[in-house]
Amino acid sequence: MAAPRRAAVRPKADRMQSFIHFESVSKNFGAAKVVDELDFHVGKEEFVSLLGPSGSGKTTLLMMLAGFERPSSGAIHLDGRRIEHLPPYKREMGVVFQNYALFPHMTIAENVAFPLKMRGVGAAERESRTLKALELVQLAHLRERKPSQLSGGQQQRIALSRALVYEPKVVLMDEPLSALDKQLREHMQLEIRELHRKLGLTVIFVTHDQSEALTMSDRIAVLNHGKIEQFDTPTGLYDRPRTRFVAEFIGETNLLPGTVESSRDGEKTIRMADGTGLTCRDASDFSPGASVMVSVRPEMMHVAGAAGENRIEATLDDCVYHGDHVRLHMHRGDIRLVAKAHRRDAQAAMGGAVGVSFRSDECTLVAP
Amino acid sequence: MIRQRLNACLLVAPLVVFLGLFFIWPLWAMLVTSVQGGTVRETFPQTAIALADWDGAGEPPAAAGDAIVADLRLEVPTERFGDSVRTLNSQYPGFRTLLPRTARAVREAPAGEKVDLAGIDPRWTDRALWLVMKRAMPAYTDANLLAALDLRRDDAGAIAAVPPEMAVNRATMTRTFVISAQVTLLCIAIGLPFAMITASLTGWKRNLLLVAVLLPLWTSLLVRTASWMILLQDNGLINQALLGLGIIDRPLALIYNRAGVLIAMTHVLLPFMVLPIYASLLAIPKNLLPAAAALGARPWQSFLHVLLPLAMPGLLAGSLLVFMVALGYYITPALTGGAGDQMISSVIAFYAIGTANWGMAGALGLFLLIPTTALYLVYGRLSKPAGAA
Ligand SMILES: Nc1ncnc2c1ncn2[C@@H]1O[C@H](COP(=O)(O)OP(=O)(O)OP(=O)(O)O)[C@@H](O)[C@H]1O
Ligand SMILES: [Mg+2]
Repeated sequence: MAAPRRAAVRPKADRMQSFIHFESVSKNFGAAKVVDELDFHVGKEEFVSLLGPSGSGKTTLLMMLAGFERPSSGAIHLDGRRIEHLPPYKREMGVVFQNYALFPHMTIAENVAFPLKMRGVGAAERESRTLKALELVQLAHLRERKPSQLSGGQQQRIALSRALVYEPKVVLMDEPLSALDKQLREHMQLEIRELHRKLGLTVIFVTHDQSEALTMSDRIAVLNHGKIEQFDTPTGLYDRPRTRFVAEFIGETNLLPGTVESSRDGEKTIRMADGTGLTCRDASDFSPGASVMVSVRPEMMHVAGAAGENRIEATLDDCVYHGDHVRLHMHRGDIRLVAKAHRRDAQAAMGGAVGVSFRSDECTLVAP
Repeated sequence: MIRQRLNACLLVAPLVVFLGLFFIWPLWAMLVTSVQGGTVRETFPQTAIALADWDGAGEPPAAAGDAIVADLRLEVPTERFGDSVRTLNSQYPGFRTLLPRTARAVREAPAGEKVDLAGIDPRWTDRALWLVMKRAMPAYTDANLLAALDLRRDDAGAIAAVPPEMAVNRATMTRTFVISAQVTLLCIAIGLPFAMITASLTGWKRNLLLVAVLLPLWTSLLVRTASWMILLQDNGLINQALLGLGIIDRPLALIYNRAGVLIAMTHVLLPFMVLPIYASLLAIPKNLLPAAAALGARPWQSFLHVLLPLAMPGLLAGSLLVFMVALGYYITPALTGGAGDQMISSVIAFYAIGTANWGMAGALGLFLLIPTTALYLVYGRLSKPAGAA
């Protein structure tokens, strides 16, 4: 996926000193625990996405950071300072809301100048900084218009420019692109990335679109039921999911249930219920006797040649043409399997047996 | 197509007829009355017709004598008769004795019999008297309009101010506008925070506040005003409570003065302020105030720069509504105010009901109608959606 491009940016996360720190933060609404004992760090100038299904607590997390919700317990640190008691207007964060939240009674220029005006910046400086912020999103020519006279994408960029104009330390975005169509969304993704790099921003970006998170982020926090399932780089999440939820939520996967038979030097032998043995070399530390699932990405399943140490037999149910590849739908007992293959490799007859193989270092073990 | 149009016209026809009959026509009639010939003409309608063709140079027409006898036989309100006598007497001293004497004689004479006016009083043969009579009953006059503004025509026909002791209309008119403005400001001061609180609440709390605003609208105006009279008296609930708490040691004068008028009118008119503001607040997207806070606006800055401008159409609409309704108020100031707190509507009522001087009532009504109409046009502009403007 986006791995090669991201590799160049990665070291930033490594030299990370903690800039934002959530320290065992919980949030309850009545009896419902919406955010559950969260502990994580975000580094300076890092681009972090919060990814998770609806209701997983992403917005709540962001609102605690922005100051609209108080944590029920725990502490939030920004640049070494505790901020959870500060009102929103004292936090110096740029927030981009899902529906842009532009002020309808102000012109575009007035909208963008608003944060400066609130901070008592003088008129002359305000004007020049507003113009600069508008040029950043290439919309300076629309400055006399009202928000209602702009397209969705333009409003989005104005909201972004307004959040950036006072050079905040942190920019928070709650699903800022969800209202845009696919093409515009991809364009804006690139633009936001570009601004992030150019201005050295620390960005917390909420999304429920996994491909958006994968293409944009330095690191992704996968949230589920108010807990972080895994906080990792896009490649880390995709190649080494640590939980079944992550394996299934990010991309698509095949899950083969079994029991760990032996574990030596990171190499584990897994015995499936029908006696098939599989080997897996990953970072997980399941001890012998544990029941696990072997997670294999469809594109790591090879149907031609002997590409991996692990071989299983399956019955072909369907072969679906996707232009640049075909998807083979198979089953083995009651396990459903999917493989992505090149057209020339998909020669098996419908209902016939297929031999599938995968490498021991291209699969991961997750708890069932 | 045509059929549909016709149907549509038929559907609105009852409304148009209703409006025409009970709104447009009375308004028009009022305007016409205010410029018509005045009380003398009303008291002597047949004489007016008889004298209409007389050029004033030759002898008065013979029919005039019979007409005035017929007019004197009519039952007219004593007030109006007195008014007419006064008007005529001011131009031709002698009418004060002449008319009552003639009227008595005419009424004593058997019905249908010809009455010899010159026999009753020789002054009836004086041409100058008939001329004064004719001049006192012109078909159209600006006397009422001028009088409504404390002006009149002097003997030379030029416009002049009436003597100061008779000039009360301008003061009353000014007072009407001042009281209306005061009530409007009070309604803003109470209604704006109230609407903001109501809009920020949800569920039963919001409904409770809305009912608290609406309930007065469902109660008779008279009942509400009477309640205030009870509450605000010297030994009413408020004064007794304040006295009991030792906050004051003499009852506050809360009624039969300006304070009473303002309290009662503000209460009565508050819904007209709260509801438009509330509606415009509800129309503000939910995320704008959080956005303002996130962008660094303190609460008062959010209020000043975001909430208030967006609520302004509602605030203006509410203010105009309250102001316009307040201009026409009459029962509440009459019951809760003192002599110096009466508004122009009371004066109009006095002329219309008390002295049957419809011309004067119409003229004052006209001067109340003009600003109200102007404000209504402004209101129509404001309440148009922003996009249509
Ligand atoms: N003010 C509130 N009162 C009660 N429950 C709330 C409140 N705000 C959020 N919740 C609950 O907290 C949970 C998490 O909400 P949150 O908005 O953080 O989810 P999310 O991850 O942003 O979801 P989505 O992708 O749908 O925006 C939900 O179950 C929601 O119903
Ligand atoms: Mg959300």
